Amino acid sequence: MPVADKVGLELPAFEVDVERFQLRLFAAAIGERRPEYLEVEAARAAGYPDLPAPPTFAFSIAMRPDDAFDLLRLLDLGVARVLHGGQSFKYVHPICAGDRVRVNRKVVDAYEKKGGSLQFFIVEVTYSDARSGRDLIRARQTIIHRPEAAE
Amino acid sequence: MKTPMPEAWTAGLELAPDDLGPISRTMIALYAGGSNDHNPLHLDPAFAQAAGLPDVIGQGMLTMALLGRYITSLVPQRCLVSYGLRFMTMSQVGEVLRCSARVVGVSRDGAGNRTANLEVTAFRPGGEALAAGEAVVRLSCDENGD
Repeated sequence: MPVADKVGLELPAFEVDVERFQLRLFAAAIGERRPEYLEVEAARAAGYPDLPAPPTFAFSIAMRPDDAFDLLRLLDLGVARVLHGGQSFKYVHPICAGDRVRVNRKVVDAYEKKGGSLQFFIVEVTYSDARSGRDLIRARQTIIHRPEAAE
Repeated sequence: MKTPMPEAWTAGLELAPDDLGPISRTMIALYAGGSNDHNPLHLDPAFAQAAGLPDVIGQGMLTMALLGRYITSLVPQRCLVSYGLRFMTMSQVGEVLRCSARVVGVSRDGAGNRTANLEVTAFRPGGEALAAGEAVVRLSCDENGD
Protein backbone atom coordinates (compact mmCIF):
# COMPACT_ATOMS: atom_id res chain seq x y z
CA MET A 1 0.00 0.00 0.00
CA PRO A 2 1.47 3.43 -0.84
CA VAL A 3 2.33 5.23 2.36
CA ALA A 4 0.07 8.15 1.43
CA ASP A 5 -2.95 5.82 1.69
CA LYS A 6 -2.32 5.54 5.42
CA VAL A 7 -2.93 9.25 5.99
CA GLY A 8 -6.22 9.69 7.78
CA LEU A 9 -6.14 6.35 9.61
CA GLU A 10 -7.37 6.77 13.17
CA LEU A 11 -7.47 4.70 16.33
CA PRO A 12 -10.53 4.64 18.60
CA ALA A 13 -10.31 7.22 21.38
CA PHE A 14 -9.74 5.99 24.91
CA GLU A 15 -9.59 7.53 28.39
CA VAL A 16 -6.94 7.33 31.09
CA ASP A 17 -6.99 8.40 34.73
CA VAL A 18 -3.80 10.26 35.70
CA GLU A 19 -2.70 8.97 39.08
CA ARG A 20 -0.33 10.29 41.74
CA PHE A 21 1.42 6.91 42.06
CA GLN A 22 2.46 6.87 38.42
CA LEU A 23 3.47 10.55 38.40
CA ARG A 24 5.69 9.93 41.43
CA LEU A 25 7.23 6.84 39.81
CA PHE A 26 7.82 8.78 36.58
CA ALA A 27 9.40 11.65 38.53
CA ALA A 28 11.64 9.23 40.45
CA ALA A 29 12.67 7.58 37.19
CA ILE A 30 13.81 10.85 35.61
CA GLY A 31 15.49 12.16 38.74
CA GLU A 32 12.90 14.90 39.24
CA ARG A 33 13.11 15.88 42.91
CA ARG A 34 11.42 19.28 42.98
CA PRO A 35 8.65 19.16 45.61
CA GLU A 36 5.88 20.48 43.34
CA TYR A 37 6.16 17.26 41.29
CA LEU A 38 6.11 14.95 44.32
CA GLU A 39 4.09 16.51 47.14
CA VAL A 40 0.49 17.62 46.76
CA GLU A 41 0.86 20.56 49.17
CA ALA A 42 3.84 21.87 47.20
CA ALA A 43 1.94 21.39 43.91
CA ARG A 44 -0.98 23.41 45.27
CA ALA A 45 1.38 26.12 46.56
CA ALA A 46 2.74 26.29 43.00
CA GLY A 47 -0.78 26.88 41.68
CA TYR A 48 -1.67 23.37 40.50
CA PRO A 49 -4.80 21.50 41.71
CA ASP A 50 -2.70 18.36 42.31
CA LEU A 51 0.67 16.88 41.23
CA PRO A 52 1.50 18.23 37.73
CA ALA A 53 2.61 15.84 35.00
CA PRO A 54 6.12 16.72 33.77
CA PRO A 55 6.36 18.00 30.16
CA THR A 56 6.85 14.64 28.43
CA PHE A 57 4.55 12.49 30.60
CA ALA A 58 1.67 12.77 28.14
CA PHE A 59 3.48 10.36 25.80
CA SER A 60 3.09 7.69 28.48
CA ILE A 61 -0.63 8.38 28.80
CA ALA A 62 -1.04 7.19 25.19
CA MET A 63 1.02 4.02 25.82
CA ARG A 64 -1.26 1.14 26.76
CA PRO A 65 0.81 -1.60 28.38
CA ASP A 66 -2.00 -4.07 27.57
CA ASP A 67 -1.90 -3.15 23.89
CA ALA A 68 1.41 -1.41 23.24
CA PHE A 69 1.41 -2.03 19.50
CA ASP A 70 -2.10 -1.00 18.44
CA LEU A 71 -0.70 1.94 16.49
CA LEU A 72 1.88 -0.20 14.70
CA ARG A 73 -0.84 -2.74 13.82
CA LEU A 74 -2.97 0.06 12.41
CA LEU A 75 -0.05 1.09 10.21
CA ASP A 76 0.89 -2.55 9.49
CA LEU A 77 4.48 -2.04 10.65
CA GLY A 78 6.74 -4.59 12.34
CA VAL A 79 7.92 -3.53 15.80
CA ALA A 80 11.49 -4.61 15.00
CA ARG A 81 11.60 -2.30 11.97
CA VAL A 82 10.45 1.00 13.47
CA LEU A 83 12.12 3.80 15.37
CA HIS A 84 10.73 6.78 17.22
CA GLY A 85 12.20 9.52 15.05
CA GLY A 86 10.86 12.58 16.79
CA GLN A 87 8.29 13.92 19.20
CA SER A 88 6.70 17.28 19.88
CA PHE A 89 4.21 18.73 22.34
CA LYS A 90 2.10 21.91 22.30
CA TYR A 91 0.95 22.76 25.84
CA VAL A 92 -2.52 24.22 26.16
CA HIS A 93 -3.48 23.42 29.76
CA PRO A 94 -1.57 21.50 32.47
CA ILE A 95 -2.29 17.81 33.09
CA CYS A 96 -2.43 16.88 36.80
CA ALA A 97 -3.14 13.87 38.97
CA GLY A 98 -6.89 13.34 39.19
CA ASP A 99 -7.52 14.28 35.56
CA ARG A 100 -9.28 11.90 33.24
CA VAL A 101 -7.64 12.37 29.84
CA ARG A 102 -9.18 11.44 26.49
CA VAL A 103 -6.62 10.39 23.87
CA ASN A 104 -7.19 10.59 20.11
CA ARG A 105 -4.59 9.37 17.61
CA LYS A 106 -4.62 9.99 13.86
CA VAL A 107 -2.11 9.63 11.05
CA VAL A 108 -1.74 13.11 9.55
CA ASP A 109 1.16 12.65 7.15
CA ALA A 110 3.22 9.91 5.53
CA TYR A 111 6.11 10.04 3.08
CA GLU A 112 9.15 8.15 1.87
CA LYS A 113 12.81 8.96 1.51
CA LYS A 114 15.80 7.25 -0.06
CA GLY A 115 13.78 5.68 -2.82
CA GLY A 116 11.32 4.08 -0.41
CA SER A 117 13.88 2.44 1.88
CA LEU A 118 12.73 4.75 4.68
CA GLN A 119 9.10 5.54 5.42
CA PHE A 120 7.93 8.30 7.77
CA PHE A 121 4.55 8.39 9.50
CA ILE A 122 3.43 11.45 11.45
CA VAL A 123 0.81 10.70 14.09
CA GLU A 124 -1.09 13.47 15.80
CA VAL A 125 -2.12 12.66 19.36
CA THR A 126 -4.55 15.02 21.03
CA TYR A 127 -5.16 14.95 24.75
CA SER A 128 -8.31 16.52 26.15
CA ASP A 129 -10.03 16.59 29.49
CA ALA A 130 -12.62 13.80 29.30
CA ARG A 131 -14.99 15.65 31.65
CA SER A 132 -14.87 19.20 30.28
CA GLY A 133 -13.63 18.56 26.73
CA ARG A 134 -10.90 21.18 27.26
CA ASP A 135 -7.76 20.81 25.14
CA LEU A 136 -4.73 19.84 27.23
CA ILE A 137 -1.87 18.90 24.90
CA ARG A 138 -1.44 18.45 21.14
CA ALA A 139 1.40 16.09 20.32
CA ARG A 140 2.99 14.77 17.15
CA GLN A 141 5.23 11.73 16.84
CA THR A 142 7.36 10.65 13.91
CA ILE A 143 7.60 6.92 13.32
CA ILE A 144 10.42 5.85 11.00
CA HIS A 145 9.97 2.50 9.30
CA ARG A 146 12.51 0.48 7.32
CA PRO A 147 10.48 -1.82 5.04
CA GLU A 148 11.83 -5.33 4.46
CA ALA A 149 13.70 -5.44 1.17
CA ALA A 150 11.58 -6.98 -1.60
CA GLU A 151 12.64 -10.52 -2.52
CA MET B 1 28.51 30.37 33.78
CA LYS B 2 25.37 31.95 35.10
CA THR B 3 22.22 32.28 33.03
CA PRO B 4 20.61 35.74 33.15
CA MET B 5 16.95 36.00 34.17
CA PRO B 6 14.54 35.18 31.32
CA GLU B 7 13.38 38.79 31.13
CA ALA B 8 16.90 39.67 29.93
CA TRP B 9 17.20 37.00 27.26
CA THR B 10 18.14 38.11 23.74
CA ALA B 11 18.78 36.31 20.47
CA GLY B 12 22.10 34.47 20.39
CA LEU B 13 22.36 33.99 24.16
CA GLU B 14 23.79 30.61 25.19
CA LEU B 15 22.15 29.49 28.41
CA ALA B 16 24.17 27.72 31.12
CA PRO B 17 24.37 24.01 30.25
CA ASP B 18 23.85 21.23 32.76
CA ASP B 19 24.85 17.58 33.00
CA LEU B 20 21.99 15.18 33.77
CA GLY B 21 22.06 11.46 34.45
CA PRO B 22 23.96 9.17 34.22
CA ILE B 23 21.47 7.04 32.31
CA SER B 24 21.93 4.02 34.54
CA ARG B 25 20.31 0.61 34.12
CA THR B 26 18.18 1.47 37.13
CA MET B 27 17.00 4.72 35.58
CA ILE B 28 16.15 2.96 32.29
CA ALA B 29 14.26 0.22 34.17
CA LEU B 30 12.32 2.66 36.39
CA TYR B 31 11.53 4.75 33.31
CA ALA B 32 10.17 1.67 31.52
CA GLY B 33 7.83 1.10 34.45
CA GLY B 34 6.85 4.72 34.98
CA SER B 35 6.29 5.41 31.29
CA ASN B 36 4.23 2.31 30.41
CA ASP B 37 6.86 1.22 27.87
CA HIS B 38 7.76 -2.38 28.65
CA ASN B 39 9.83 -2.86 25.48
CA PRO B 40 12.49 -5.47 26.37
CA LEU B 41 15.02 -3.61 24.23
CA HIS B 42 15.46 -1.37 27.28
CA LEU B 43 15.23 -4.04 29.96
CA ASP B 44 16.69 -7.36 28.79
CA PRO B 45 20.32 -7.43 27.62
CA ALA B 46 19.82 -10.82 25.90
CA PHE B 47 16.88 -9.45 23.95
CA ALA B 48 18.88 -6.36 22.98
CA GLN B 49 21.80 -8.51 21.85
CA ALA B 50 19.50 -10.74 19.78
CA ALA B 51 18.34 -7.52 18.10
CA GLY B 52 21.94 -6.70 17.20
CA LEU B 53 22.74 -4.23 19.97
CA PRO B 54 25.63 -4.66 22.42
CA ASP B 55 23.41 -3.97 25.46
CA VAL B 56 20.09 -2.42 26.42
CA ILE B 57 19.60 1.16 25.22
CA GLY B 58 17.98 4.16 26.82
CA GLN B 59 14.56 5.30 25.67
CA GLY B 60 14.40 8.33 23.37
CA MET B 61 11.60 9.66 25.56
CA LEU B 62 13.87 9.33 28.61
CA THR B 63 16.34 11.64 26.90
CA MET B 64 13.44 13.98 26.13
CA ALA B 65 12.31 13.87 29.76
CA LEU B 66 15.80 14.70 31.05
CA LEU B 67 16.21 17.57 28.61
CA GLY B 68 12.70 18.64 29.71
CA ARG B 69 13.93 18.80 33.32
CA TYR B 70 16.77 21.03 32.15
CA ILE B 71 14.38 23.34 30.25
CA THR B 72 12.06 23.65 33.27
CA SER B 73 15.08 24.56 35.39
CA LEU B 74 15.49 27.60 33.12
CA VAL B 75 11.81 28.62 33.13
CA PRO B 76 8.89 27.21 35.17
CA GLN B 77 6.93 24.48 33.40
CA ARG B 78 3.83 26.68 33.18
CA CYS B 79 5.87 29.00 30.90
CA LEU B 80 6.53 26.19 28.41
CA VAL B 81 4.50 26.70 25.21
CA SER B 82 5.92 23.88 23.07
CA TYR B 83 8.78 21.41 23.05
CA GLY B 84 9.95 19.12 20.25
CA LEU B 85 12.95 16.94 19.52
CA ARG B 86 14.42 14.81 16.73
CA PHE B 87 16.05 11.65 18.06
CA MET B 88 19.36 11.18 16.31
CA THR B 89 20.95 8.23 18.02
CA MET B 90 20.36 5.83 20.92
CA SER B 91 21.66 6.49 24.42
CA GLN B 92 23.84 3.90 26.08
CA VAL B 93 23.97 2.68 29.66
CA GLY B 94 26.07 4.93 31.86
CA GLU B 95 26.03 8.06 29.68
CA VAL B 96 25.75 11.50 31.25
CA LEU B 97 23.77 13.95 29.08
CA ARG B 98 25.15 17.43 28.52
CA CYS B 99 21.96 19.54 28.13
CA SER B 100 22.22 22.90 26.43
CA ALA B 101 20.00 25.67 25.14
CA ARG B 102 20.51 28.74 23.00
CA VAL B 103 18.06 31.60 22.46
CA VAL B 104 17.35 31.74 18.74
CA GLY B 105 14.92 34.66 18.91
CA VAL B 106 12.61 36.64 21.16
CA SER B 107 9.20 37.90 20.05
CA ARG B 108 5.71 38.72 21.29
CA ASP B 109 2.82 36.28 21.05
CA GLY B 110 -0.73 37.22 20.11
CA ALA B 111 -1.51 38.27 23.68
CA GLY B 112 1.56 40.56 23.88
CA ASN B 113 3.59 38.20 26.07
CA ARG B 114 7.30 38.03 25.31
CA THR B 115 8.31 34.53 24.19
CA ALA B 116 11.68 33.03 23.35
CA ASN B 117 12.48 30.32 20.82
CA LEU B 118 15.19 28.06 22.19
CA GLU B 119 17.32 25.58 20.30
CA VAL B 120 17.83 22.70 22.75
CA THR B 121 20.27 19.80 22.49
CA ALA B 122 21.26 16.76 24.54
CA PHE B 123 24.86 15.77 23.85
CA ARG B 124 26.58 12.49 24.62
CA PRO B 125 29.89 12.63 26.52
CA GLY B 126 31.86 12.46 23.25
CA GLY B 127 30.04 15.53 21.88
CA GLU B 128 27.66 13.76 19.49
CA ALA B 129 24.07 15.06 19.63
CA LEU B 130 21.68 12.45 20.99
CA ALA B 131 18.61 14.59 20.39
CA ALA B 132 18.03 18.15 19.24
CA GLY B 133 15.06 20.41 18.74
CA GLU B 134 13.19 23.49 19.92
CA ALA B 135 11.31 24.81 22.90
CA VAL B 136 9.17 27.93 22.94
CA VAL B 137 8.84 29.57 26.36
CA ARG B 138 7.01 32.59 27.74
CA LEU B 139 9.56 34.87 29.37
CA SER B 140 7.26 35.92 32.15
CA CYS B 141 4.22 34.08 33.31
CA ASP B 142 2.47 33.96 36.63
CA GLU B 143 0.18 31.33 38.05
CA ASN B 144 -2.53 32.39 35.65
CA GLY B 145 -0.27 31.68 32.68
CA ASP B 146 -2.95 29.94 30.67
